[in-house]
Amino acid sequence: MRKTITGLLAGASLALAGGISVHAANAQELTIFWAEWDPSNYLQELANEYEKETGVKVTVETTPWSDFQTKAFAEFNAKGDAYDLIVGDSQWLGAASEGGHYVDLTDFVKKNKVLETMAPATVKFYSEYPGNSGKYWSIPAEGDAVGWSYRKDWFEDPKEKEAFKAKYGYDLDVPKDWKQLRDIAEFFYRPDQKRYGIAIYTDNSYDAMAMGFENALFSYGGELGDYANYKVDGIVNSDKAVAALEAYKELYKFAPPGWAKSFFVEDNQAITENLAAMSMNYFAFFPALINEASNPNAKGTGFFANPPGPDGDQFAALGGQGISIVSYSKNQEEAFKFLEWFIKDETQKKWAELGGYTCNKSVLESAEFQNATPYNKAFYETMFKVKDFWAVPEYAELLQQLNQRVYPYVTGNSGSAKETLDALAADWNATFKKYGRNQ
Amino acid sequence: MATAVLTTLDPASRAATRGWSDITIRNAFIVPTILFLIVFNIFPLIYSLGYSFTDFRASTNAAANFVGLQNYRDLLNDPFVWSNFAITAKYVIVSVVGQVLVGFGMAMLLNRDIPFKGLLTTVLLLPMMLSMAVVGLFWKLLYEPSFGIINYAFGLGSFEWLSNPDMALYAVALTDIWMWSPFVMLLSLAGLSAVPKHLYEAAAIDRAGPFYTFFRITLPLVAPILMIAIIFRTMEAFKTFDLAYILSSQPTTELISIRLYKMAFQEWQTGRSCALAYIVLIMVLAITNIYVKYLNKVKER
Repeated sequence: MRKTITGLLAGASLALAGGISVHAANAQELTIFWAEWDPSNYLQELANEYEKETGVKVTVETTPWSDFQTKAFAEFNAKGDAYDLIVGDSQWLGAASEGGHYVDLTDFVKKNKVLETMAPATVKFYSEYPGNSGKYWSIPAEGDAVGWSYRKDWFEDPKEKEAFKAKYGYDLDVPKDWKQLRDIAEFFYRPDQKRYGIAIYTDNSYDAMAMGFENALFSYGGELGDYANYKVDGIVNSDKAVAALEAYKELYKFAPPGWAKSFFVEDNQAITENLAAMSMNYFAFFPALINEASNPNAKGTGFFANPPGPDGDQFAALGGQGISIVSYSKNQEEAFKFLEWFIKDETQKKWAELGGYTCNKSVLESAEFQNATPYNKAFYETMFKVKDFWAVPEYAELLQQLNQRVYPYVTGNSGSAKETLDALAADWNATFKKYGRNQ
Repeated sequence: MATAVLTTLDPASRAATRGWSDITIRNAFIVPTILFLIVFNIFPLIYSLGYSFTDFRASTNAAANFVGLQNYRDLLNDPFVWSNFAITAKYVIVSVVGQVLVGFGMAMLLNRDIPFKGLLTTVLLLPMMLSMAVVGLFWKLLYEPSFGIINYAFGLGSFEWLSNPDMALYAVALTDIWMWSPFVMLLSLAGLSAVPKHLYEAAAIDRAGPFYTFFRITLPLVAPILMIAIIFRTMEAFKTFDLAYILSSQPTTELISIRLYKMAFQEWQTGRSCALAYIVLIMVLAITNIYVKYLNKVKER
């Protein structure tokens, strides 16, 4: 019998051995989790400065954008302490704060006067949840919004200018509203020359389609809903919203062929590979467009902010992320010290110099920053008129529903804009009802 | 009866001198496996069945509420889920039929005396030895409209295999056919080589034509083993995730397993995704059962 038990125990311990991991807690090290892109490299460079000053080693760990959300939440849900800080998307605020994954930074924000030093829109969208609650969960880190790049060399060609004026009756220049945006897109749409009018976001996974459509929606004066009371009916399917969706679909007609699956990578390619005259993208991806190594047309590339809609409203979709402390981190004290250092004016200035998009008001307003690149001024202007998607915990379901409804309409020929948005409003209503939000 | 199969321990062996009985040794080998299965398969299976009746979300701290059959009702009433099932069905039919035709065809060609038969068979088996993710990644390059070798070889210009919503599912199925036809071929080959030669001789004496011989001798005798290949491939095709996920994430290629993944790990609707997983499991079981019934019938003949 004893031998039987020995055998059983040996087997059991073998089976369990795999589950035990050794965690070496080291207070002199911090790990920040972010997506794999240039700004995370800049953050690593910034963090190296911190190490020089304090001796605390900070590592920025990254994963491709497509996995970022899944990997971050898998770690949160397992209450894992692999990351001390995380530079998370603005939509995550609801899920991460209600789930208890982020440390409440309200006191920190107030004590360190973050509300005064950072641009107001950035604190509102990257840090506060629920809206107007005065509770803060992160510090604005990488400001970002959608802007436009365009082929300045095509726009400035005298022959093009003449032909454009003859056709549309006004001068070819940076579009002053969405109607001009459409006209210019139509003008440059020349499939026989393999040149196309415009590159927009159409990808149906995660938030690409939402971020693209929002630029039309917000500038047309539409909204995704009333964020305060979860009302969507009559808002997301209002006449303005319907007109905005029709305008967005109209632009798709002038996009390069096979443009039904495009996001930031493809939209930059549209400029570098001479495909489109104008291309929407996050400001964070513009550094690659002024670099001649990555864009052969760098000299002929210009930038403009998302133009106003028919009634003069001008807004843009918000990208970007705030930096938060993970509740399960064992190094929270060190993490707070890092944040204190991160929000200092000198650090923010250095952050901007490295290529990060600071949200620091004084840096943004400085002439030095605004003249540093051809797009910094457009970025500064945009960051004061941005709006964002829902930040509720069930945002991923709302995104999925938007993709399911809006994608077939924009890229295919199913239904009308009104039917699409009515169906979306019904989906969202059902989701909010499921979570007891709109009672 | 079972114990009779077990050979008793050699009394002179080292284990026996240490006082270990053959039962102890058997336990030491079997128990880890059983524990492993219970911890990683059986337990999650039962646990997730429980979750499928709740509104549990792994991403929040909110307690799970019992909602009865609500998740199942919602899912079965969701037109998008049905369209995912329809896409999956189309994919299974195209890819399994393709694999059977190509695989069986290759087996017929190989089932004769040709030089380098062994080498040829091994080379043909290579695709199924690769990892799904690797196959997905390099087929993505092969299908690439501007520099992909497929468009170049067939002179298709810039034909969009993966970004054309109507074509994408067939492109994924084509990759699956390329990868798994060798599996059908291997099983068919085993079946074909087991057909007694004297039957063909008798058919030849009776002056039976090639079609008659194929449909009355070859096919019926290979059918049972071909059915096994079809069962395996249908189950696998029904569960396909990696290939389609890597190659294309169009709405027209959103197979049920991709929808399930999104629901579980992007939207964190844990309870509902458990319910969907059970619906998929029941469907796979049902389809397999039909096949197995048919297989038994074929065997009886």
